[in-house]
Amino acid sequence: MFDPLTWALVALSLAAMVFAVVLAALDRRINWWLLGLLGVVELALLAQLVVGTAQLVGTDRDVSGPFFVGYLVGSLIILPIGALWALAESSRWGAGALAIACLVIPVVELRLHDIWVA
Amino acid sequence: MADAEATRHGPGRMLIAVYGIFALAATSRAAVQIATQFSEAPIAYILSAAAAVIYCAATFALARATAVSRKVALVAIVVELVGVLAIGAFSYLTPEDFPDQTVWSHFGQGYGFVPVVLPVLGLLWLRRTAGGTR
Repeated sequence: MFDPLTWALVALSLAAMVFAVVLAALDRRINWWLLGLLGVVELALLAQLVVGTAQLVGTDRDVSGPFFVGYLVGSLIILPIGALWALAESSRWGAGALAIACLVIPVVELRLHDIWVA
Repeated sequence: MADAEATRHGPGRMLIAVYGIFALAATSRAAVQIATQFSEAPIAYILSAAAAVIYCAATFALARATAVSRKVALVAIVVELVGVLAIGAFSYLTPEDFPDQTVWSHFGQGYGFVPVVLPVLGLLWLRRTAGGTR
């Protein structure tokens, strides 16, 4: 795997999670800054799908293809659905729900890394 | 009856987010397991699929938030709790039947034990929001 992209995704999504937690703590709704950051994360996830798939095709490693690609593709739908779900809530709990969606991304990236090095 | 909507607001928004993630994770995991390596551990993969169905049912029922869907959610979450406790116990007692992990193996250890906490939170949330619907 292309490690810099993986770790950048972990860092960015954790930053977004902290942002969302702060908004929830301040009793605020999610804002465009947070959604913009999530947009950047989403683009990086898309890049990860392309890079990861290309590397999977070219590798000699014994990587579980279906699980690897499953995580790559699955990671793309988390943030859009999480954002829609959060936007439909008029209280701080929307930001809280989005924080949970953000937390999924680093977990998925770590799983991808584990599958790759296994 | 108008209070049934409460299920999906406030803390329920976060609870349903967690349920949704487990629904997605369990469904895709079971789908890949069954499609690619079913013969390796059929029992474990059937249980994975059953868990996936329960998570999907609980997620949609909680998110729908009607008086009827609350009952569906209650049934799904009780089944979920029984399932995670039973599979958790069996995975320690007869590990040979569980050559591959399911979501509920070892009380959800592979998922930070969230699977064993989630149904408890779900039941507490249903009780908390029950006012006016019973």
